[in-house]
Amino acid sequence: MSQTAEMTRPTTSNESNAIVLDRVNKWYGTLHVLRDVSMTVGHKERVVVCGPSGSGKSTMIRCINRLESHQEGRIFVDGTELTDDLRALDTIRREVGMVFQSFNLFPHLTILENCTLAPIWVRKMPKAEAEALAMSYLERVKIPEQAKKYPGQLSGGQQQRVAIARALCMKPKIMLFDEPTSALDPEMIKEVLDTMIGLAEDGMTMVCVTHEMGFARRVADRVVFMDRGEIVESGTPTSMFEDPQTDRLKLFLSQILRGH
Amino acid sequence: MNQNTTIAKVHPVPATAGATAPGSAPFNQSGSRAHPPIASTGVIGWLRGNLFRGWFSSAVTLALGYFVVKWVVGLVYWALIRAHWTVPISANGQPDPSVCRAATDGACWAIIGEKYRFVLFGLYPYAEQWRPAICVALFIALYCISASRRFWRKELLVVWIATLALIGALMWGGFAGMTFVSQDAWGGLPITLMLATFGLAFAFPLSVLVALGRRSTNLPAVKLLCVLYVELIRGVPLVSLLFMASVMFPLFMPVGLNPDKLLRAQVAFILFAGAYLAEVVRGGLQTLPKGQFEAADALGLSYWRKTSLIVLPQALRLVIPPLVNTFIGFFKDTSLVLIIGIFDLLTAGKAAMADPIWNGFSTEIYLMLAAVYFMFCFAMSRYSSGLEREFNRNRNR
Repeated sequence: MSQTAEMTRPTTSNESNAIVLDRVNKWYGTLHVLRDVSMTVGHKERVVVCGPSGSGKSTMIRCINRLESHQEGRIFVDGTELTDDLRALDTIRREVGMVFQSFNLFPHLTILENCTLAPIWVRKMPKAEAEALAMSYLERVKIPEQAKKYPGQLSGGQQQRVAIARALCMKPKIMLFDEPTSALDPEMIKEVLDTMIGLAEDGMTMVCVTHEMGFARRVADRVVFMDRGEIVESGTPTSMFEDPQTDRLKLFLSQILRGH
Repeated sequence: MNQNTTIAKVHPVPATAGATAPGSAPFNQSGSRAHPPIASTGVIGWLRGNLFRGWFSSAVTLALGYFVVKWVVGLVYWALIRAHWTVPISANGQPDPSVCRAATDGACWAIIGEKYRFVLFGLYPYAEQWRPAICVALFIALYCISASRRFWRKELLVVWIATLALIGALMWGGFAGMTFVSQDAWGGLPITLMLATFGLAFAFPLSVLVALGRRSTNLPAVKLLCVLYVELIRGVPLVSLLFMASVMFPLFMPVGLNPDKLLRAQVAFILFAGAYLAEVVRGGLQTLPKGQFEAADALGLSYWRKTSLIVLPQALRLVIPPLVNTFIGFFKDTSLVLIIGIFDLLTAGKAAMADPIWNGFSTEIYLMLAAVYFMFCFAMSRYSSGLEREFNRNRNR
């Protein structure tokens, strides 16, 4: 049985939750893109966010590490509130890894350099140690042999796996995925999803914006459905997909099923 | 004309294509034909396609060809066959170029042999001119070292400072048995290289900061300052800026506190070059996808780390061609200091031409000056295309 948004309002002060969003509002000019969005993500919880395009799901996930700033409401990440305080922001960005739709690897650096950059410059790790760490994560995403190549020489699926390894090299507590498979050719989606499933099975806290319902069923503890800037419904994958409560979710599900 | 094009059109259609409707099956057509039509390739094909396409094209080609050949023959005749390489010394110990004057259809290269040291080193004491010569060699060595990516590390800055200090010491002298030579006596190529080297070495970092400042979103005062700087400096000609530096600026300074003219011109030059380069760099910054900034932010890189490790390496690579274009332009623009009487290469050349003995042989001097400027500019141009190739080898399929 899935619940409507009204029933999932979280408590604000929270050490025990990984992420807390409390009545977050955001506007682009006069466009109200996030409307009273409230959500909590527990440690080791895997949350999949879905919804039609323009529903604000990417904006919401980008607010969690402040690539976008919210205008009203409060956001806590690992107990630290996101404000204009740059030191708090630094702390949070170290703990939160992000994977983008368009990979955003640094094209002028090799795969290995992409992975070691942040550990060396942000975590102040010695170079040799950072490289060993990077190689271990590249092995985990199954492309250690590409370490000396440049991003432009890799396929989309390989690039996205490198992007995951790059984020993991910062040893984040939380991983955010913003439509990680949307820019990929169909035959490459599986290799990226497999990597993400492996990550989920290792107990990583994950928030993932995706339309991959198979992935949601397999790994998500909870699915959140957003539409027009608000959370409309949330619940377990099974209850959400098999017993949707709202017309908007029913419509959305019918649309993506038709698309497949 | 029609004859030609008809043939060209008919030719590529192979016999088998007659069965299919024209244009309907491109794959079949190309599959049935292994070679391109003969007349469209090779030297003859190229000539026919580009130079002799119809009677008008042929006529233009022939007319232009006539002028080019005539001009080249004339040049060879003037510069080599009828040229005088030496002139006799007259009774008073001065060279006597009357043989050159008598033969007006040949170059008088003797003036170069006579004047090249004056052109290159200006009024610097003749016996001491090995010092500016070494300085020029040091400048060139500095460029060569800096050009190699192997040496792109922090120590290079030390090498730069040490070399420039050494150049200053050699030019001034006044120690180790070298006589002191006042700055007024410096001239020629060392001055040009100084203006260009210091100018671009300071203008480039300045331009990067200005370009970053102009894109700043959370420091509106800095942004305004950068916009004002670029727009004001770009809005006036370099000549007027040089005049301001040499004539107006001293008026506002207290008596006794008046920086040297060369230094003032140098500062004007840096400011001018900085404004232009800043716009080039800004162009590079704007082409960088937003995702690169976001990825760097998400990894927790600070502003300066993000800028120096992610943003600038990519942005500057993208603008190598316009950047070098501007560098070359400013190398040549150093010659504008002529109008405020600084003794650079061009000024020294003009002074050499003014010698009454050699009156009338300015063409040869101008050609020498052009050759010197060309060597430096062409080297820059070749270097930049090599750099571009090296950077792009591994990137972006």
